Amino acid sequence: MARITLEHLRHAYGPNPASPQDYALREVNHSWDDGGAYALLGPSGCGKTTLLNIISGLVRPSEGRILFDGQDVTQFSTEQRNIAQVFQFPVVYDTMTVYDNLAFPLRNRGLSEDVVNKRVPEILDMLELTSRARKKARGLTADLKQKISLGRGLVRSDVNAILFDEPLTVIDPHMKWVLRSQLKRLHRQSGFTMVYVTHDQTEALTFADKVVVMYNGEIVQIGTPAELFERPKHTFVGYFIGSPGMNVFPVAIEGSKARVGGMDIELGYAPAVSANQKTELGIRPEFMELSRSGMPVRIRKVEDIGRLKIVRAEFAGQPVSITLPEDTEIPAEPHVVFRDNGIHIYADSWRVGREA
Amino acid sequence: MDKTWNNKAWFMVLPAFLVVAFSAVIPLMTVVNYSVQDTFGNNEFFWAGTDWFKDILDSDRFWGALWRNLAFSVIILAIEIPLGVFIALNMPRRGIGVPFCLVTMAMPLLIPWNVVGTIWQLITRSDIGLFGYGLTQIGIPFNAAGDPLHAWITVIVMDVWHWTSLVVLLAYAGLVSIPDAYYQAARIDGASRWSVFRYIQLPKMKRVLLIAVLLRFMDSFMIYTEPFVVTGGGPGTSTTFLSIDLVKMAVGQFDLGPAAAMSIIYFLIILLLSWVFYTVMTSSDATN
Repeated sequence: MARITLEHLRHAYGPNPASPQDYALREVNHSWDDGGAYALLGPSGCGKTTLLNIISGLVRPSEGRILFDGQDVTQFSTEQRNIAQVFQFPVVYDTMTVYDNLAFPLRNRGLSEDVVNKRVPEILDMLELTSRARKKARGLTADLKQKISLGRGLVRSDVNAILFDEPLTVIDPHMKWVLRSQLKRLHRQSGFTMVYVTHDQTEALTFADKVVVMYNGEIVQIGTPAELFERPKHTFVGYFIGSPGMNVFPVAIEGSKARVGGMDIELGYAPAVSANQKTELGIRPEFMELSRSGMPVRIRKVEDIGRLKIVRAEFAGQPVSITLPEDTEIPAEPHVVFRDNGIHIYADSWRVGREA
Repeated sequence: MDKTWNNKAWFMVLPAFLVVAFSAVIPLMTVVNYSVQDTFGNNEFFWAGTDWFKDILDSDRFWGALWRNLAFSVIILAIEIPLGVFIALNMPRRGIGVPFCLVTMAMPLLIPWNVVGTIWQLITRSDIGLFGYGLTQIGIPFNAAGDPLHAWITVIVMDVWHWTSLVVLLAYAGLVSIPDAYYQAARIDGASRWSVFRYIQLPKMKRVLLIAVLLRFMDSFMIYTEPFVVTGGGPGTSTTFLSIDLVKMAVGQFDLGPAAAMSIIYFLIILLLSWVFYTVMTSSDATN
């Protein structure tokens, strides 16, 4: 177990990277606390897997250092780093039995059969694979295979960290939920540092204490699920987290006033934006209300999703989503109201705070 | 649901049926016809029954050729399969080395068989051949035309040179189809080089290797051209394999009856061995 520090990591797959676009990973500075449960969230191709493979040593970074408890491990091999990793697509050794599959990482490290016979049945039991232990690991369904892959990641008791690369992609929804709770429980029991890569916000928000959001090869925000929801630091976070995502409008800032769709909104503070920056106003659908007064809005469609209604509307010439409690009446001539605490101002996509 | 019966569909299989009939069935029936009769030319035939079959199965000449041929097949398989796998494992997976290696590997396969024979006939000659002359100069008198062991070494080295590439290409195709995730997982699991081969690469290559074994066995069991050019089946009968013997009998001696009987026995042996291979391959699939 270790605290993992990433210092100025950059990585490009091609040789001689020139522009920032050549980098799969642009610049990452971050520390994973010992024993933390982290989710690495972001869209496909944002560099999540690259970052994970750099931590486990499968990929050498083009620039920067990785430290485990202060020791530089950048040049260490995967074995020397002692990291467990579970991949998106299941890997099983199908000429071995299920039991031998789980014993494989232990035996490769020369552990005695006593240790193997103690450790493997525990993991088999946790993954409900005990009844198959002595069968060959071939011809299994995708989720059984992935359970075996997970098992091989969890079986070692001395690892520095366990990395999960979208491990539940191929697993059916019910089993997903079960396995996720088991992982969470295992984290509490074992205290391993766990990094869980996913593009599914529900998975990220339920698994992790802290969520790291990546976009375009950079970490854009690190925070608790509540922080990501309430104060998205980047318009991408606002858009990616929450369903539906944050509404973002182009806005003109004049002192403490924001002009959007021909209406002025009083912000109560003057955001520090310079004239040549692209300024936007972001507001989550949960912080908007429909009433008889306010700014005019045209309603396109109302989706009833049970507890909530999602109103798809048009405001200031662009689509907007508004969520309302189920029993809310929609006024005949609807107007939209923004609640003060939900308004965020972004300059070149980054949040400009009250404090700035 | 009622099916509509339409016998016109038989016309659809007619072209394929005709091709197979003229290329395989009719020639085979001709051979069967020859094998049970005797002829002295002039299109006169006398019924011989199973006499030719008895003659062949009683002759040392046939059994000698059969054992030589089996020994040859076993030896070249024992060399070409491991060597081919070894080369495939060491070939680059990506980069500019890939086309270079593939073309180099494919080269021997593209050379006509009699040319391969001629190349090796020349190279092993002790008077002008690089290999034969070189060995003779360093004190090992090499003579493929006179010494049976040297003749065997020559045909085996030639076959390995000619056909190992096929095994390499098949094994390589099996190797490149293994997703990177397997190698990554093996590194995470701390697997040794040998474990990676034993538990990942070999199982994934199993199917193509079975095909490679089958192809190489069939080809080597039918081998004719190259040894015919290099050694002519000699010295004596030491490199006379089944095909060479058959041609000697049919064309050289014009013994059509015994040659036809031998062809049929030869055919049945190949059929039997193919069936064994097929059974082994499908049964290994069934357990998957």
